[in-house]
Amino acid sequence: MNISLRVNGRPVEAVVEPRLLLVHFLRERLRLTGTHIGCDTSQCGACTVHLDGRAVKSCTVLAVQADGCDITTIEGLAAEGELHPLQAAFQEQHALQCGFCTPGMIMASLELLGRAIVPDDREIRAALEGNRCRCTGYQNIVAAVRTACERS
Amino acid sequence: MRRDAPPDLIGARVPRVEDPRLLAGRGAYVDDLQLPGMLQLDILRSPHAHARICELDVSMARALPGVVAVYTGRDLAQFLKPVPSAGGMQGFNAPPHHVLAVDRVRFVGEGVAAVLAQDRYIARDARELINVTYDVLPAVTDPGVALTPQAPVLHDDIGSNRAFELRIGNDTQAALAASERIISGRFINQRVIPGPMETRGAVAHFEPWEGRLTVWLSTQAPHLMKREFARYLDFPEHRLRVVAPDVGGAFGAKNNPYAEELLAAALSLKHGVPLKWIEERSEHMLATSHARAQAVEVHAGVRADGTVQALHYRLTADMGAYYHAITHIGPMMTAALMTGAYRIAHAATDIISVFTNATPTDPYRGFGRAEATYFIERTMDLIARELGLDVLEVRRRNLIRPEEFPCTTPTGHVHESGNFQLCLDRALERFDYEGTRREQARLRAAGRYLGIGIATHAWRAGFPSVPGGKGYVTSGWEKSTVSIDAAGKIRVVIGTSPHGQGVVTTTAQIVAQQFGLLPQDVRVIHGDTDAVAQGNGTMGSRSLVVGGSATLLAAQQVRAKAIRLAAHLLQIDPRQVVLESACFRDAGNSQRGIALTEVAAHAFAGPRDLPDGMEPCLEAAVLFEPANFTTCFGTHVCAVEVDVQTGAAAIRRYIAIDDAGRAINPTLVEGQIHGGLAQGIGQALMEGASYDSAGQPLAASLLDYATPKASDLPHFEVELTETPSTVNPLGARGIGEAGAIGAPPAVVNAVLDALAPLGVRHLDMPLTPQRVWRAIQEARA
Repeated sequence: MNISLRVNGRPVEAVVEPRLLLVHFLRERLRLTGTHIGCDTSQCGACTVHLDGRAVKSCTVLAVQADGCDITTIEGLAAEGELHPLQAAFQEQHALQCGFCTPGMIMASLELLGRAIVPDDREIRAALEGNRCRCTGYQNIVAAVRTACERS
Repeated sequence: MRRDAPPDLIGARVPRVEDPRLLAGRGAYVDDLQLPGMLQLDILRSPHAHARICELDVSMARALPGVVAVYTGRDLAQFLKPVPSAGGMQGFNAPPHHVLAVDRVRFVGEGVAAVLAQDRYIARDARELINVTYDVLPAVTDPGVALTPQAPVLHDDIGSNRAFELRIGNDTQAALAASERIISGRFINQRVIPGPMETRGAVAHFEPWEGRLTVWLSTQAPHLMKREFARYLDFPEHRLRVVAPDVGGAFGAKNNPYAEELLAAALSLKHGVPLKWIEERSEHMLATSHARAQAVEVHAGVRADGTVQALHYRLTADMGAYYHAITHIGPMMTAALMTGAYRIAHAATDIISVFTNATPTDPYRGFGRAEATYFIERTMDLIARELGLDVLEVRRRNLIRPEEFPCTTPTGHVHESGNFQLCLDRALERFDYEGTRREQARLRAAGRYLGIGIATHAWRAGFPSVPGGKGYVTSGWEKSTVSIDAAGKIRVVIGTSPHGQGVVTTTAQIVAQQFGLLPQDVRVIHGDTDAVAQGNGTMGSRSLVVGGSATLLAAQQVRAKAIRLAAHLLQIDPRQVVLESACFRDAGNSQRGIALTEVAAHAFAGPRDLPDGMEPCLEAAVLFEPANFTTCFGTHVCAVEVDVQTGAAAIRRYIAIDDAGRAINPTLVEGQIHGGLAQGIGQALMEGASYDSAGQPLAASLLDYATPKASDLPHFEVELTETPSTVNPLGARGIGEAGAIGAPPAVVNAVLDALAPLGVRHLDMPLTPQRVWRAIQEARA
C-alpha cells in the first residue's frame, strides 16, 4: 500500500505491507532507531511517538494507519542540535541510566508540559502509567518532568 | 599560565557525559544495527515444560520464499557442542545443554528449531509453518517436589534431579544443642525475572576474506563473551571481536553466553553472511535467565536476650532445567554470606541444588546476597517476635562492631572493614524510630495497620579471582589504560562494560582529578574488544571497586611520569613540582611553570629529549586484582501501611542509608540505589515467576509479570555514609546492588509488623493484596 505522511516535519512517501507496524517502519525503513521496542504487548511504552500531537505506542499502530498523519519521534525533538528543555531536565536530574526507555518516557511526558497548572508528583507518576523503566526507580524521572513543567 | 582551578571532582555531582546522545535518540543498541545483506534469525520454542519431540517437520518452513535455512536441534548437534557453563567446567555434574533441544524439551521456551530468513516478518511466518508433535511428559517445577522419589527426572544420565549438594560453614550441631532456645522458620526467596527493558539480541558478522568474526551483543561482559565464544566455536580468539554497543539494562541476566547468541555466531560462520537475532519480550520471559528461587529451613540457636549463638540453613536452590553460566554459584554465595551483618560463632548451610522443568536461573542484581540478606533479616525479626524483643534490639545485640574488623565468618568470608552501627543509627535518627512506634500505636488504636521494617544488610562486591577457576566468570582483575595525547587530553580504556551505571562519567572524574582537568577533557572507551585489549566486565558491583581502582592507579602512574618530565623541562627536582589545574609549577618559584599541554606534546619526542631511561608517551596500563571482596553495608528502614479491607500494602516512608566507601559521584550512587530499591520492592510486593502444575509459566509477558510502574513506588529517602574500604585504593564500596538487597526484607518485615496484631505471623513474597488479604482472613478464622 502507498502511504504518505510527515515525520519530524519532513514529507515521507512509501509503499508498505499492510501488516507493517509503525515502529518497524520508523526504525527499519526510515532508520529512526531512537524509538525502541521493549515488549510485544503495549505495556512498556518504549516505542512512544507523537501522532498528530498525541502520544501513541507505535508498536500497536500499523504504518498504514499513519497515512496522512504527522509523526514526531525522539529524533525530531532535538532537531536543532540542542536538547529540548525536557531532555535537558532528564540529564540534569539523572533521570536515565541505560537510556532504553528514555525516548518513550520523554515522548509520553511531553504531553504534560505547557499546562496551566504544574502537575504534582502523584499526577506525574499516574501520567507515566504506560511507560516502564527498570533502571531508575522513577524518582528522578518524576523530578525531571516536574522541573521541565515548572519551566514551561 | 594559570587558569581557574577546577572544583574537586571526587564527590562532585557531575552530570553524566553519557546522556546527550541517549536523550536525543542517537544511542546505538544492538537492534539499531543494520548491515547490508543481513539475515534474520528466529527461534521456535517449546510450548511444553517436559516432552519428547516425536516429529519435527520443517519442510513447509524451508519452502517458504525468503527462507534461507531451517535448523533443528539434531541438525545443529552435528556440528555444535553443548552450551558451556562454569559449573560444568568446575567439575559440577552439568547435564548437556544443547543449543536447540535434541529429542526432548525440558522447559517452556526451550528452543526447538531455528529459522534464517530475509526479514523478521518472513522468519516469523516460517516459524509458524514448522510442525512439531510432542509426547508430553509429567513436569516438575517445584524444587521440593522435584526431590521426591515420584518426581519425573529431567536428566536421565544423572538419575535424579539433584544437581549438587554441598555444606558450607563450621559445626553447628553442638552449638545448636547447647543453645538456650532454638527458633525455626522457613523462608522462600521466590523466582523472579530480571527483565531489563532491552531484551537480548545479537548481530553476528563473519567476513570470510578477512577471517574475522564480529559479534555485537547486548551483554555486560564483552571480553568474557569473546573468550567463551572463541572456545565454543573453536574460532581463533585474536580474530574474534565482541562489541557491547549501548545495552538497555542487564542486571546480571546478560552475563551468560546464551544458546541463541552462540547459534547466531555459528550460523554467520557457516553461511558467511551477517545475521541478526532479536528476542521478543515474550521469549525473554521464558528463555532469558530467571533468578533467586531459593528456600531455606532455618534453625537459630539463641539466648533469651536475642544473641544468636548458632545458625543452620537447609537451602534448596532451583537451578531450572540446565546450568547457565554461573547458576551453581548462587546458593554458594548465599551460604557464604548467611550470617549477614552479625557476629555468629557457629553457622552452616547444607545446600541441595535441584533441576526443575523451569527456565534456568543465573545472576540478578544481588545474586546470592539478596537471598542471604532476606533470610537472615527475616530470621532476625522472627527471633525478636518469638522472644518478645524489639527487632532493633536484636539487631544491635548481634551486629559486628566497628572494632571487630577484619572479621572472619564461620562460612569463611572475611568482612574487611565497616561500620554497620553508623548506618543503623543514622537511619533510625532520620526515621524517628521511637516517634514512629508511637504513631503506630495511635493508628492501631484507630484500626489502621502501620508496620515498621528494618534491614541491616552486609554483603560483598568486587570478587577476587577464584583459584582454579579457569577464567570463566572467575577472573577478579580489571584493567585500565590511561594515555595523554599531544594536546594534553586524555583517553582512558577500561575493561568493564557499563550499561547505565554512569561509569564513563565517574572514570572521567577520577582521571581528570589527577591532572586538574575537567571531565570533558577525558574520553572513556569501553565495550569493544578490538579497542579494549583486556577486561572482564560489569557484574557484582565491581565496576568502580575494581575497575575504578585500576583506572586510579593508571592515572597516578601517568601523573608521576608527567611530573618527572615536567621537572626535566623545568630543570628542577621532581619533588619540587606541583601539579594543579593542568599546570606543573615550581614550588620554589611560583612564576615558573609549564602547562600539561606542553609536557604532553614533549612526551612524543625521541628518547634523547627525555630524561634518562624514560620512554616516550604519557601512558600507563594497570591491572588491578583485589586482595579480597569489599564489604558493602547499610540500613534500610521503612513504614508500610496495610489496608486490611483489600490487603494492599502502601509504603509510607522508605529510608536507605548505604555506605559508599567513597562516593565519586553521589548523584549516580543515589540513582543506583533508587533503581535497586525499585527492583527490591518489586520482588517484595509484586513480582513472581510462577508455574502451574503442568509447568506452564503464569507470567510470560509484561501483561502478567508486574515490574513496578511509577505509581507503584514511593519517594525514596537515600543518604550515603562514607567509610573507606581497605581493599581497594579508591576506598570505594560496591553500591549497585544495595537497593535490591536491602528492600525485600525491609518491606516484608514492615508488612508483617503491621499485621502482627491480627495474628499473621508469616507470608512469602510477593506480598500481593490477594496473598495478604487471604492471610488476614485465615488468621481471623
